[in-house]
Amino acid sequence: MEALEIARWQFGITTVYHFMMVPLTIGLGLVVAVMQTIWHRTGNPAYLRMTKFWGKLFLINFIMGVATGIVQEFQFGMAWSEYSRFVGDVFGAPLALEALLAFFVESTFLGLWIFGWKQLKQGVHLACLWIAVIGSFFSAYFIIVANSWMQHPVGVEMIDGRPVMTDAWAVFTNNTALVAVPHTLFGALAVAGGFLLGIAWYHLWRRRRDGIDTVGADGKVIPGDAADIPGRDLTDHTVWIRSLRIGAVVAMISFAGTALTGDLQGKLMFEQQPMKMAAAEAACHDGTGFSVLSVGNLGARNCDDIVALIEVPGILSYLAKGDFTTEVKGVNSLLDQYKADYGTHLPNDPLYGERAGQEIEYVPVMEVTYWGFRMMIGFGGVAALAALLALWVTRSGTVPESRWLMRLAVFGILAPFGANAAGWIFTEMGRQPFVVAPNPDLNGIDQVFMFTAAAVSPGVSAGEILTSLIVLTAIYAVLLVVEVKLLVKYVRGGVVSAMPELVHAPVDENEDATPGPGGPGKAGTVDDVLAFAY
Amino acid sequence: MELLPTIWFIAIAVLWTGYLFLEGFDLGVGMLMKIFARNNTERRVLLNTIGPVWDGNEVWLLTAAGATFAAFPFWYASLFSALYLPLLMVLVALIFRAVAFEYRGKVDTDRWRNTWDWAIAVGSFVAAFGVGAALALTTTGLPLDANGDRNGGPFSWFSGYALLGGFAVAGFALLHALAFLALKTDGDVRHRARRWFVRLLPVLLLPLAGWAVSVQLLSGEAWTVAVLVVAVVAAGAAWFQARSGNEGRAFLAVGLFLLCGSASIFGAVFPVVLPSTIDPAFNLTVSNASSSDYTLGLMSIVACVGLPLVIAYQAWTYWVFRRRVSAKHIPEAHSFLPAIAAKAFTRND
Repeated sequence: MEALEIARWQFGITTVYHFMMVPLTIGLGLVVAVMQTIWHRTGNPAYLRMTKFWGKLFLINFIMGVATGIVQEFQFGMAWSEYSRFVGDVFGAPLALEALLAFFVESTFLGLWIFGWKQLKQGVHLACLWIAVIGSFFSAYFIIVANSWMQHPVGVEMIDGRPVMTDAWAVFTNNTALVAVPHTLFGALAVAGGFLLGIAWYHLWRRRRDGIDTVGADGKVIPGDAADIPGRDLTDHTVWIRSLRIGAVVAMISFAGTALTGDLQGKLMFEQQPMKMAAAEAACHDGTGFSVLSVGNLGARNCDDIVALIEVPGILSYLAKGDFTTEVKGVNSLLDQYKADYGTHLPNDPLYGERAGQEIEYVPVMEVTYWGFRMMIGFGGVAALAALLALWVTRSGTVPESRWLMRLAVFGILAPFGANAAGWIFTEMGRQPFVVAPNPDLNGIDQVFMFTAAAVSPGVSAGEILTSLIVLTAIYAVLLVVEVKLLVKYVRGGVVSAMPELVHAPVDENEDATPGPGGPGKAGTVDDVLAFAY
Repeated sequence: MELLPTIWFIAIAVLWTGYLFLEGFDLGVGMLMKIFARNNTERRVLLNTIGPVWDGNEVWLLTAAGATFAAFPFWYASLFSALYLPLLMVLVALIFRAVAFEYRGKVDTDRWRNTWDWAIAVGSFVAAFGVGAALALTTTGLPLDANGDRNGGPFSWFSGYALLGGFAVAGFALLHALAFLALKTDGDVRHRARRWFVRLLPVLLLPLAGWAVSVQLLSGEAWTVAVLVVAVVAAGAAWFQARSGNEGRAFLAVGLFLLCGSASIFGAVFPVVLPSTIDPAFNLTVSNASSSDYTLGLMSIVACVGLPLVIAYQAWTYWVFRRRVSAKHIPEAHSFLPAIAAKAFTRND
């Protein structure tokens, strides 16, 4: 393999991995902030427990997002120096602003939240979490502005062969970004919803299995109190059933949100990157039908032997244009258009190295785009449907005794993760062979594009990139195992894993009176120095 | 000389200096986990002095890198691609270190803690050393061709300056951490940190002074040499203040040493941002590596609002957590079992 291919694998692996941690951070952060707000307003101890427990899992995951995020900031320059030189004038700004206006906010205020339970007034402490959560939204916005410029370059002029920013407003309000941001945020919330649902289900199941909760003759749950297990009291039942319901509702709302914003996004993409959408459909010829199942050699990158077995007429036109009759261009007619506009062969420029003069492959890998698109929608839809069913099944106030249903709920946590990953893999692979896709909207600006083949660092050897690919992948694999093991350990421990005070002190309903500043800590003033300790 | 690129050169110098000042002590505290702390309680004292702030400090690195990308894309592209393997080491070190802070206390066994302690200690050293090497090389030069790409293979960046810069930042970080611990802890750790500080100051600051002097010899000017002299005076002041027990002043004096040292280095290389050791004609400079005035202007406006805000709320964080930490504040490790009825126990973790 040459450097370009290895660098692409590395970017794909590190980014998809990073984006397993990120949506959980964004989604769960918001959910925990809402829980703490309810506790702050009502003083209901169940919500303090929820804040502490879900907050603990949030932090175990957050740190992995931080650690793997640094790689992202560095690897543009390390492996993609030509790309960095070409786009730096416009692409660097959102990255710098992300660090300056979002990462600082997130990390500083989260530090205050983790360690400041006693140093800060309750309201200030809550505000710190909200500020960190809003910081994470801003971080999503800035990075998507950067990505959207690669999908749909705007606000620039070509000067000396490089795009130079002339209209920051256009860059920061790129319509591609304005629909991708809510789509991504809803996608992140879907992850949090599934996470809450699966884990809360496990605990409700555990309580039933241990004989703590029972179901009465009227079919309603009778919550119990297990004296021998720390934290397994009446409040504990409230924690899990509310978490489950919040999770299910969040999952359903966010699926509706992703569907609505995804529809807008699709319509934009049919205009901005028609080839991506044709490849999402494996639609070779112009037409109106949405493929439910296509067979043939999708990987061959030509359309000669792809047959749509099941097709729903009119739906593709609806996805693209909002009606049922407009013909949508297929791969074959787009191909001629792309060749006419952007050439048939890579230019004989030293930028392309050994790739200079090669024929340009305009059709993305359709196995990936076709199935990526369907996995995104499929995983998302299945998760939302499961959430709806879960609400119905748990209307009695607890979950069924079935071990298999519990396993399904826990396993289902993965579905929204899969939808997120599939969506990003689809949109990034569907943009190929461009790293900066041409913008067909405006006169003149359609010459602002860059082939991925020109983007890699010319001075870096394949061996170096292979080294980093192996090292990073190995470390990420090990850390994933560690993270999941820790999450499992803390999940199994229940709320007690995040609230030591439930073990040491007999549980009573006064736990919401956690001492504020100057309040009576267990060890007097000593407690005030470290409300939380590493 | 163009105004905006010059301002952004100064801004990036400020960001790197801010990074070295803030993460300097938390990298140093990390390194001290194995060579300074004597037992688990002391290690936890060390960790908890930086617990609420280390992540915010690390963002200075991301901001310095991001701002370099935005303001000087050619500098960012050449430096980061030329130093591919050393920066990979820095990334690996920072990943392990970050995860270790959060995960170290999550399993209550000696083996688990010991593994992550090593990750923190080695990770902190490698990160400091690597960042130092990269910064030294951007001031002394890399074998770059006309396009700004590294010639000569994966290790052609190596020179004595890389080692000098590595030891410079690692040494500074250690010393700064000793000053920080003397200021932020109480009891045995505090007094030992101060003793170590007084004893080790000359040897720990020598490499940074050596790097600064080398840059003066390569491209220094009268004012940068004068600033370097101030740095040396600050180092002397830090030593006297620490010896007479003024921990706050000693910490600030070490900071002043960094500020002046960094100003003398960045000032001396200006307007070159990354020299080529192949041909001075290939040097990347403030003018030929920068973004357009439009982009720099936009960034200037945002930075003028954003950076003071960052400094303000980070300063507030230090104020909130201003109390000294000592062994008596460290709570017992919190171990817990799965919330499962006793008869159902299958494992005990």
